[in-house]
Amino acid sequence: MADKKFNPLPGFGLTLGFTLFYLSVIVLIPIAALFLKSFSLSWREFLDLATNARALAAYKLTFGASAIAALANAVFGTLLAWVLVRYDFPGRRFIDALVDFPFALPTAVAGLTLASLFAENGWLGQFLVPYGIKGAFTPLGVVLALTFVGMPFVVRTLQPVLENFDRGVEEAAATLGAGRWRTFLRIIAPTLLPTIITGFALAFARAIGEYGSIVFISGNMPFQTEIAPTLIVMRLESYDYTGAMALAIVLMLFSFVLLAAINWLENWAGKFTKQ
Amino acid sequence: MSIELKNVSKKFGGVSAVHEVSFSVNDGELVALLGPSGCGKTTVLRMISGLELPTGGDLFVRGVRVNDIPVQQRNIGFVFQSYALFKNMTVFKNIAFGLKIKKWKQADIAARVAELLTLLGLEGFENRYPHQLSGGQRQRVAIARALAPKPSVLLLDEPFGAVDAKIRQELREWLVHLHHDLKVTTLFVTHDQEEAMEVSNRIVIFSRGHLEQVGTPREVYEQPVNEFVARFIGVMNVLELEVRGGIARAHELEFPNHGLPDGQRLRIGFRPYAVQISTNLKTFRYQAVLRHTYFLGVLLRLELELPSGLTVRARMTKEEFAHLGLSDGQSVSMQIRQYRVLAHEGEVLRPEVATTYDIPVNLGEGI
Repeated sequence: MADKKFNPLPGFGLTLGFTLFYLSVIVLIPIAALFLKSFSLSWREFLDLATNARALAAYKLTFGASAIAALANAVFGTLLAWVLVRYDFPGRRFIDALVDFPFALPTAVAGLTLASLFAENGWLGQFLVPYGIKGAFTPLGVVLALTFVGMPFVVRTLQPVLENFDRGVEEAAATLGAGRWRTFLRIIAPTLLPTIITGFALAFARAIGEYGSIVFISGNMPFQTEIAPTLIVMRLESYDYTGAMALAIVLMLFSFVLLAAINWLENWAGKFTKQ
Repeated sequence: MSIELKNVSKKFGGVSAVHEVSFSVNDGELVALLGPSGCGKTTVLRMISGLELPTGGDLFVRGVRVNDIPVQQRNIGFVFQSYALFKNMTVFKNIAFGLKIKKWKQADIAARVAELLTLLGLEGFENRYPHQLSGGQRQRVAIARALAPKPSVLLLDEPFGAVDAKIRQELREWLVHLHHDLKVTTLFVTHDQEEAMEVSNRIVIFSRGHLEQVGTPREVYEQPVNEFVARFIGVMNVLELEVRGGIARAHELEFPNHGLPDGQRLRIGFRPYAVQISTNLKTFRYQAVLRHTYFLGVLLRLELELPSGLTVRARMTKEEFAHLGLSDGQSVSMQIRQYRVLAHEGEVLRPEVATTYDIPVNLGEGI
């Protein structure tokens, strides 16, 4: 005991033990069960179920629409965070509160609202549809819904970082002759990049898992507006448990790889900007 | 003249931060802007650089009025208190940043950066990132970056505020040497009067947005124009006297009335070194008790208490102290050898009043 590292604030053993237990119950055991269950399938059967044309179309829409939505959130979320942190204007606090709205609103409600807005006879749809912009029951609708649910992530991750951003750095660039555009591109953007990537990753992950709002706005047309989570539900409803499971495993592995890649990217972008 | 301010004012909203300030800095001078925090000295520095616009008055840099010239075009080197280094760039790129904007050739940039790295003792650090440097090194990178585009003047905002006391001392000496080598006109802000006295050729003293005095360290120490300067630069005993019976008095201390009638008040100040002390109770006029001795290295500061309870601060070398054989609690006699009449903060006395008055040693015996 004497050579055990002394810590005046004990608790490591207990907290780690609880963490592992909690993680097992909530995350690891369900995932393991999913994998175990899929072992009842042969490799061929699994491939058939996981990579048939309908499934591939669903993956493409899920990941594609999620990426576009997360990217849109990265750009506009950065802008929104910048405006909220840097400027004081009437209604700032209200807008700030509004950012959390997608967190609190049941996503089904969001989907329903968006669908009725963009439908051919909806408030916005009646003006947009004649110009060929169809927001409801199209892939565009999926992107819209995913952008909505992912909106707070970039804003909320970026805000504290922007608040601590040293204004002196921008002023230093100005005294050295740099205009605003150059200052933004060469100094502000590289410094914020790791945080923007983190926000992007969170929004992306959230979008991949989204189901509730999509059901209403996409129309769930196979090969067109059907996302992978919807397809899983379809298969479950027709008692095709193994088929649903095969999709789930692919989705999970994909998400895992993507998140790992983004994590690595984030580390890479942040390596110059440690405190 | 490198920098000139004429009646420069700055108001934030309705609050006046800098009020009609005029002073100038000569070519190649090293000048300190000194004052307590919140006195407007940093605002003055920022107005010269163009980071802040004055609400009144004229600013000249090298004879050119710069009020309407944007910060990017003023060619002024500015060193921030927080260093404000570009964290995503190496030391080399930080220093080269201003040169790239001026479209210098690659080879010229490399040569200029190498020159500055040598000058500032940063050789071998060009590929480090700011987070890999110590506080003192970051400070030097910030100065190198500001100096790189050969600015017409160098401005430093509290340059040594964020480093510990020992490094601060080294950096002060280093700044003096650097200034000696480069001869670039330098203006720096500090709230530390010792730092200002030690480093600068001249000191500009501010208080609450007003300029109180401009002068060499010796001038502001020996001839403070008012009470604020007297108290801010070094230690000063300040007394408020009332003229009664043709003599200006405060407690048991008596001074000449300077021509003022009975009932008038006047303020005077005297430095601790102007207080003479003897262990012989008959040598000087006033009796006092040595309450406490503060050891400051070569010097000692003594706190004397007069019978009325008035405390007077005195100073002597430790040799004198040992020679007199003083100890706390001892009774002594004392005398004030020299004093100045002081104006209140913000007001300046007529030159004939604001002089130093010597008191003959035997004055006490006579009255």
